[in-house]
Amino acid sequence: MNFDFDDDQKALQRAVREYLERESPLSECRRVLEGEARYSETVWRGAAEMGWLGTAIPERYGGAGLGALELALVAEEVGRALAPIPFASSIYLVSEALLQLGSEAQKERYLPQLAAGTCIGAFALQEGPGHGNGQALATVLKDGAITGDKQPVLDGDVAGLYVVACRVGDQPRLALVGAGEGVKATPVACIDGSRALARLQLSGAQAELLGDGGDAAAIEHLLDRAATLMAFEQLGGADQAFAITREYVLDRYVFGRPVGSFQAIKHRLADLFVDISLARSNSYYAAWALAGSADELPVAAAAARAAASDAFDLAASEMVHMHGGIGFTWEADAQLFYKRAKLLALTLGSPTHWRDRLTLRLARESAA
Amino acid sequence: MDFEDTREEAEFRAECRAWLEANASERAPGSEVGMSARDNETVERAQAWQAKKADAGWACITWPREYGGRGATRIQGSIWNQEEARFETPPNLFLIGQGMLGPTLMAHGTEAQQTRYLEKMLRGEEIWCQLFSEPGAGSDLAALRTRAEQDGDAWVINGQKIWTTGAQYSRWGMIVTRTSPGAVKHKGITYFIVDMHAPGVEVRPIKQINGGSSFNEVFFSDVRVPAENMIGRVNEGWRGAITTLMNERAAIGGGGMGGGVDTLVRLAQQVPIDGRPALEDAGVRQRIARLYIRQRGVQLAGLRSLTALSRGETPGPDLSIGKLVGAPLRQEMAAFALELLGPMGAVDDDAVGDRLWQQAYLGAPGGRIAGGTDEIMRNIISERVLGLPPETRVDKHVAFEDVPTGRKS
Repeated sequence: MNFDFDDDQKALQRAVREYLERESPLSECRRVLEGEARYSETVWRGAAEMGWLGTAIPERYGGAGLGALELALVAEEVGRALAPIPFASSIYLVSEALLQLGSEAQKERYLPQLAAGTCIGAFALQEGPGHGNGQALATVLKDGAITGDKQPVLDGDVAGLYVVACRVGDQPRLALVGAGEGVKATPVACIDGSRALARLQLSGAQAELLGDGGDAAAIEHLLDRAATLMAFEQLGGADQAFAITREYVLDRYVFGRPVGSFQAIKHRLADLFVDISLARSNSYYAAWALAGSADELPVAAAAARAAASDAFDLAASEMVHMHGGIGFTWEADAQLFYKRAKLLALTLGSPTHWRDRLTLRLARESAA
Repeated sequence: MDFEDTREEAEFRAECRAWLEANASERAPGSEVGMSARDNETVERAQAWQAKKADAGWACITWPREYGGRGATRIQGSIWNQEEARFETPPNLFLIGQGMLGPTLMAHGTEAQQTRYLEKMLRGEEIWCQLFSEPGAGSDLAALRTRAEQDGDAWVINGQKIWTTGAQYSRWGMIVTRTSPGAVKHKGITYFIVDMHAPGVEVRPIKQINGGSSFNEVFFSDVRVPAENMIGRVNEGWRGAITTLMNERAAIGGGGMGGGVDTLVRLAQQVPIDGRPALEDAGVRQRIARLYIRQRGVQLAGLRSLTALSRGETPGPDLSIGKLVGAPLRQEMAAFALELLGPMGAVDDDAVGDRLWQQAYLGAPGGRIAGGTDEIMRNIISERVLGLPPETRVDKHVAFEDVPTGRKS
C-alpha cells in the first residue's frame, strides 16, 4: 500500500511552497487586487524560471518531464499562496489540452512557449450563464474561421493562445485560436479582483482544430483532468484559510477566554478539518487516477472537485466569520480567500454541477 | 503512488491466506463478522476458532512475543485482519479483551496479572468485558460513582455499570471504581479486575431501539475483589482507564459501512418518483453525491493510514476522523434510503422485504454514542489534533462528592 506522494514529490512541493512564501505572499495577491496589473508578472516569471509551468510537459517540448502527481502538488502550493497568476488556464487547461489532443506540429509550436511562460493560454468554454455540456454551443468553426461570443474566460485578456470549445456542423470540437484579427478580449470585472476574467468575441478569426478536434467525450475528459488539478489548488487554499483562522481564534480573546476555547467554534473547526481531510483523500485518489489514466478518473475527479470546492468555500466563509467584524473589512486578508474560493468553485462548473455528474457516473458504473 | 503490497507484505499476505484457506471457507459476499453472541453454541464456536488460531500462531499477532504474540508490525496486523475478514469465521467476541484490556494490562498490570490472564485472553479461553460507563457517567466517565471500599485484604464493590458488551458470557471484567469520594474527580478512581462469576454480580440485558440486546447493565452488590486484582495503584486508576480508551478508539476506527452508497444508487435506480426512476431526480442525485464523497473519503483515509503503517510511520492526525464521519453517515444514508422508499420505508417486516435500511436506521443512533459521542470526538479532534484550548472545567478543583452528577429531577 503506497497511497501517498513519494519523497521526491514532497521535496518538490516544499521547494515550491518556500519560493511562494517568499515571492508571493498575500500582499502580492492584494497588489493585483488593488492595482492595474491583471496578474503578477514577477511571480509568473519566477514560476517559469523554476520550471513549474512545464512540470508535466515532456522534456522534448521544453518541460520538466514530470507527471500529473508532481503537477498536482505544485497546484496545491499555488492555491495555498493565492498566487495571482494564470496557472490553471495556461497549464491545467491549455497545456493539458495540447498534450491530450494536439497534433505533433501544434505541440512543438506551442508547448515550449507555454512551458517558458512567454505565451499564456486560456480555455474558452462558457457562453454566458448556466452550465454548458458541449452540445448546445453557439460558437461555430467553418472553413478555418471561428465566430462566437465566449464569457467568462479566465485569463482571457492576458492570453495569447486560446483553446475554444465550438461546433463544427453539429459536432462539438476544440479549436486553437491565436491573438489576431477577429479576436477581441475585453476585461470584465471579477468577483475576485486578483484574477483576470474576460469576454472573448470571435468574429471570423483564423482558427484550426486542436488535433482532430476531439469530441464531447474528449472535452469531458479534459475537464476531468483540469478538475483534479484544480481540486489540489482548492485544497491548498482551504488549508491556508484554516491555518490562519486557527491562529486567529487562539490569539483573540472574548469574555476573558480565547475565541477558540468556545465549543461553538471548536466543533465548527473540527467539522471543517474533517471536510478538508475528506476532500484531500478524494483528491489524492483522483491524482492517482489522473497519473495512471485510469478508468476511475471520471468518478474520482468529480468527487475530488465537488469535495474540494465545498471545503475551500466553507474554509473561506468560516475564516471571514470567525474573524468577526474585522473579517468583513477590505483591510483583512480573509476577503482574499473568500473571493478566490468562490471564483475557483465556479470556474470549470459549480460543485452542484460536479455532484450531479458524480452520481450520473456512479449510476453508469453500477449499470455496467 | 499505488495500492499494491510491498514484496514483504505480499509474502506475508500469502502466508496468512494459505493458513486461512486450509482452515476456513470463504465468506459469502455481503455478510459481516459479528461482534456478539446470542447463545452458548456461538460462544463455543468463537472460542474454538480462536484456539485454533492460537495453536498456529495467528492469535493477537501484533502482541509482543513475551505475551504470546508474534511481535508483528501494525501493517502485518492489518493485512491479517483483511485476510481473515474474507473468510467465514464466528463472531469476534475477544476484541475488547485483546484490543483494549490486554494492552492495558501490559502497560499497567503486575507481572503476576500478566502471567495469569494474558495467555488465556489470547487463546480465547476467557472472554473479557469493559465495565466503564454508568447511568450517570457516559461522556463524563470520570463522574463514575460505583464504590470500592477496602475491607482487610479485599475491596468491596457496590454500584451499577451499563452498556457492557458481552457481560453475559465474560469470565472477567475490568472495572473503574470510586475509592476516594473526597478527592477531586480524576484522583479518586481505582481500576480492578473483577470476577464476573463472583457472588453479587448480576447481568441484565438492555433492550435497544432496534429491539436487539448487544449491551447489558451489570449490578454489583458487595462484590469482593482481592487486593491483588488492582491494576496500578489506589486512586490512580484514571491513567489505566485512559490507556484502555486510547486503544478503544484505535480498535473502533475503520469499520465497514454495511449498505453503502452503491446499494443506495441501485435503490434509486429501482424506486420511482412520479413514474420515473428516482435517480432521474436532480435533488436525489445531489444527496447521493454528498454521501458518496464522505463514504469514499473515509475509505481512502483508511488507505492513507495503511500507507503510513506500511512505511513504519504513525498515521497523520487528519486520518483520525473515521468515527465522526462514519457514524452519522450511516444514519443519514439509512434515513435517505427510507425516504426513497416513501411510505414503504416504514415497513419493517421479513415477510415483505429484507429490512436492510429499516434495521440500519434503527441501529444507527448507537454508533454516534458508543465509544465517544460525536461531540466528544469533535472535542478530541479540536483539542488533540488542532491544539485548541480544553473545555472550561467547573469540577476541576472540587471534591468529587460535592460535584453534581446525573439527573437532578
